[in-house]
Amino acid sequence: MNYFANDLTSLHDLLVKKEISATDLTKETLATIKEREQKVDAFLSVDEEGALKQAAEVDEAGVDATNVLSGIPLGIKDNIVTKGLKTTAASKILENFDPIYDATVIEKLKAAKAITIGKTNMDEFAMGGSTENSAFKLTKNAWDQTKVPGGSSGGSAAAVASGEVVASLGSDTGGSIRQPASFNGIVGVKPTYGRVSRYGLIAFASSLDQIGPFTRSVRDNATLLNAISGADPRDFTSSKREVPDFTQGIDGGVKGMRIAVPKEYLGEGVAADIKKAVKNAITVFEKLGATVDEVSLPHSKYGVPVYYIIASSEASSNLQRFDGIRYGHRAQNVKNLEDVYVKSRSEGFGDEVKRRIMLGTFSLSAGTYDAFFKKAAQVRTLICQDFARVFAEYDLILGPTTPTTAFGIGEDIKDPVTMYMNDILTIPVNLAGLPGMSLPAGYSKGLPIGLQLIANQFDEKTMYRAGYAFEQETEFHKQAPTIGGQN
Amino acid sequence: MNFETTIGLEVHIEMKTNSKAFSPAPVQYGSEPNTNTNVVDWAFPGVLPTVNKGALEFGMRAALALNCEITRDIHFDRKNYFYPDNPKAYQITQAQTPIGRHGWLEVEVDGHKKKIGIEEMHVEEDAGKNTHNPDGYSYVDLNRQGTPLIEIVSKPDIASAEEAYAYLVRLRQIIQFTGISDVKMEEGSMRADVNVSVRPIGSDKLGTRTEMKNLNSFEHVRKGAHYESRRQQRVLMAGDKIRQETRRFDEATGETVLMRVKEGASDYRYFPEPDLPPIHISDEWVQEVKNSIPEMPDKRRKRYVDDWGLPEYDANVLTQTKEMSDFFEETVAQGADPKLAGNWLMGDVNAYLNANQIGLLETKLTPEHLATMIKLIQDATISSKIAKKVFKEIITNGSEPKVWVEKKGLVQLSDPAVLQPIIDDVLQNNEKSIEDYKNGKDRAIGFLVGQIMKQTRGKANPKVVNQLLIASLKQL
Amino acid sequence: MAISEDKVAHVAGLAKLAFSKEELQKFTGQMGEIINMVQQLSDVDTTGVEVTTHVTDAVDTMREDKAVKGTDRELLLKNAPDHQDGFIKVPAIIDESEEA
Repeated sequence: MNYFANDLTSLHDLLVKKEISATDLTKETLATIKEREQKVDAFLSVDEEGALKQAAEVDEAGVDATNVLSGIPLGIKDNIVTKGLKTTAASKILENFDPIYDATVIEKLKAAKAITIGKTNMDEFAMGGSTENSAFKLTKNAWDQTKVPGGSSGGSAAAVASGEVVASLGSDTGGSIRQPASFNGIVGVKPTYGRVSRYGLIAFASSLDQIGPFTRSVRDNATLLNAISGADPRDFTSSKREVPDFTQGIDGGVKGMRIAVPKEYLGEGVAADIKKAVKNAITVFEKLGATVDEVSLPHSKYGVPVYYIIASSEASSNLQRFDGIRYGHRAQNVKNLEDVYVKSRSEGFGDEVKRRIMLGTFSLSAGTYDAFFKKAAQVRTLICQDFARVFAEYDLILGPTTPTTAFGIGEDIKDPVTMYMNDILTIPVNLAGLPGMSLPAGYSKGLPIGLQLIANQFDEKTMYRAGYAFEQETEFHKQAPTIGGQN
Repeated sequence: MNFETTIGLEVHIEMKTNSKAFSPAPVQYGSEPNTNTNVVDWAFPGVLPTVNKGALEFGMRAALALNCEITRDIHFDRKNYFYPDNPKAYQITQAQTPIGRHGWLEVEVDGHKKKIGIEEMHVEEDAGKNTHNPDGYSYVDLNRQGTPLIEIVSKPDIASAEEAYAYLVRLRQIIQFTGISDVKMEEGSMRADVNVSVRPIGSDKLGTRTEMKNLNSFEHVRKGAHYESRRQQRVLMAGDKIRQETRRFDEATGETVLMRVKEGASDYRYFPEPDLPPIHISDEWVQEVKNSIPEMPDKRRKRYVDDWGLPEYDANVLTQTKEMSDFFEETVAQGADPKLAGNWLMGDVNAYLNANQIGLLETKLTPEHLATMIKLIQDATISSKIAKKVFKEIITNGSEPKVWVEKKGLVQLSDPAVLQPIIDDVLQNNEKSIEDYKNGKDRAIGFLVGQIMKQTRGKANPKVVNQLLIASLKQL
Repeated sequence: MAISEDKVAHVAGLAKLAFSKEELQKFTGQMGEIINMVQQLSDVDTTGVEVTTHVTDAVDTMREDKAVKGTDRELLLKNAPDHQDGFIKVPAIIDESEEA
């Protein structure tokens, strides 16, 4: 199946008209994955047997004409637990972990008869921005296999960008959906915190994590978000607010829309071609009838330290359950309980994970808590207030998703602080719990540039409407990498 | 030098909700290992906690019964530490916003009444159970994991081992009356940590304290605190210093033994639980919980004295446990005379319970049956001698007293028309006794009554027999 | 702010992680850098500013006190590295006093 030429709606039509069966679609998808994996390595595991079984069930029951996901194979980030399908979070500590329950989003997708085709690669426990921190394999950028796919949801992004699947799920704690979407020239959305249940998402930072969709088109993205959103009695942080149909009114245009561009998002460190693409996007929106003003988010520069303290603190606590006792890796040759803990964890976790556990443990430890965790939680309030001030007057915030296009494999990772700076454009959105989208807005030396749209809490509809208007007005989304040989 | 002792108690009580504090798994004691657990209790990757409203409500009940202020805006915190019975490697507790603060309870020691302050109370979760075997392994059962606890932290107001004991007895009594826990020490549903320090009288600074953890007997608390206070005084008198340490109470010797020296405070890295958003406790909710609290023992005691005319002592004994007090009130509600009902419960019932080592609710006795029996005595249907037999039957076999008395033909004979011929018959056959009576030997009456009772197999109403017999003798 | 290797070792102990001498040195350097970054926050005046620990609009959420049967024990034990008679089995602590 050529996923570059089809979207969810056209695939659904083919299925409903029986021009293709779910089984054939799945088989074709499996074949494409087999072929392109040699180049991108986006998947940690492909569930051939399970996918074909699900497809057969769909075919037997008949494709549900009212249900656009029925029979569609999807990729799932490997930190979302799938019953009976190995889930590792790309960590050795969970190398053979076989979940005994489904995440809420998986339950929802199963109810919608979507097919889980496999689990995608990621930075271990979603910590990183290049997917190089995976304990198992190196995923490559769909556009240039010497470049990283971004991260942490690099596998999910590369799988969609390379045409292996039409859509996938990732998770975003500090940019882990938007940044790889940007690096891979596709649409990635981090929904409002609380929009999608986190039950079954292996926690990195509980107050920041959110699951979201990767797609090639804005409308597909809204369709997939429709399917996974909603209150969950098992996740008390999920919002009880009613979920609107995100596709409804998506073509309403941006006339009269007030768009803010924070000057901090186009400052030093943002590459010239990126700035150029963003300025071009501003022109497009103005042409479509929106007003665009420069604003200031004065505390955004503190976003990175605030993020690293809060995310690492929460992570240090969340990752303590990986203790080698009830599941996961238990070290051999252990003499006592302390050995079980220390050896299992030291063998099981990679360097980046250990580094963050260390920073988080330090931030929470006695005598440090007030200066670190508490201070960061206070500055977080100021960051939220910055956004609230802007959204009192504007409908949307616009800026680049990343300061550069995808960097080379092995290029940036040696220096953790440099790596962290890469997150500066995406992090404040998570701190404030806002929805954010990255969509294709240009190319530089053959690599995609992402435009970031940020909306007020629970106002994903405005974000989708603006993204759709931009997408329809431009040609960027129509380009595809040469990986499939289709160009 | 003279010293004064300061004791602080931290008591953990398991609350008998239906489900766990942060997961819907059942709260149940004594099940097969790991059968009342779910993926949340096991801290599987991706699971999230959910707050049990019932646990908060029970916590509020306890806090209100102990005169605490309810904290209106609460959140939960994580207390981080690794242990096999602690699957998340953090316990969800309330470090910053305890459900209750600034409470108190009153104890009486040697006739002196004293208020002991309660610093704060936390709703939190219990850990599982880790059993160490001699084979070099520990065996983990997570059934208890997540059981809601209320932790009650006293102020350091307790000045002696006796007061500590009285505090625990009183605390158990109050908690039992709230209905939130069985407070069974033997099942571990009530456990105490004891902090003891001593200081020279007049010193305004508390001495260095030692701690004994997880004591599950009031007697051990008393003995341990007493020993520890004396030990510390001896150490100070010898010119040495008290170290901050954890000690263990040794049952066999009645002494406390060093477990480990504490080096600085433990580093639990508390921080607000990000998975559980804050909760506001409204006025309405507090009022609702207040209304749901059963009447406390002090109030009941007063009512027994004021309304029912019971002696202070009786009222006190009858309110020691909620079981007894509820039973007593129900018996009175069924029409029994309060004084008589109280006497039966404090006397024969308690004796029966002690002799058989069982609880009141484990017997077949019901308040209805006890009330019926008391009424049968009062209206002279049965004699008090027969009543002992009836009592044994109704508490052992649960028979309905009226039915059983009739079936066994134990109804007391009070009708003169029935008794007179028997008396006449006895008099006819005992002329010697009549002679004795006439010669002023009162003993003869006793003998004759005995004969009449024998003829009626104990059923004759002794009062009526006496009256009729004396009248008959006078006529002779 | 400088951070000593001792402090890093202490934090590693709390986190139940072990490092070789070289790793410890590497971490000490990296932690120091991150801590310097964090020092930036001291520039921000947060007097009287509340903390933000949750960004959801879902507050006052509670679950009714209804019990749901536990998960099948065999399933729960499926991933356990070692178990026996329905218990999870772990090497014992040597020092009993470690109990928290």
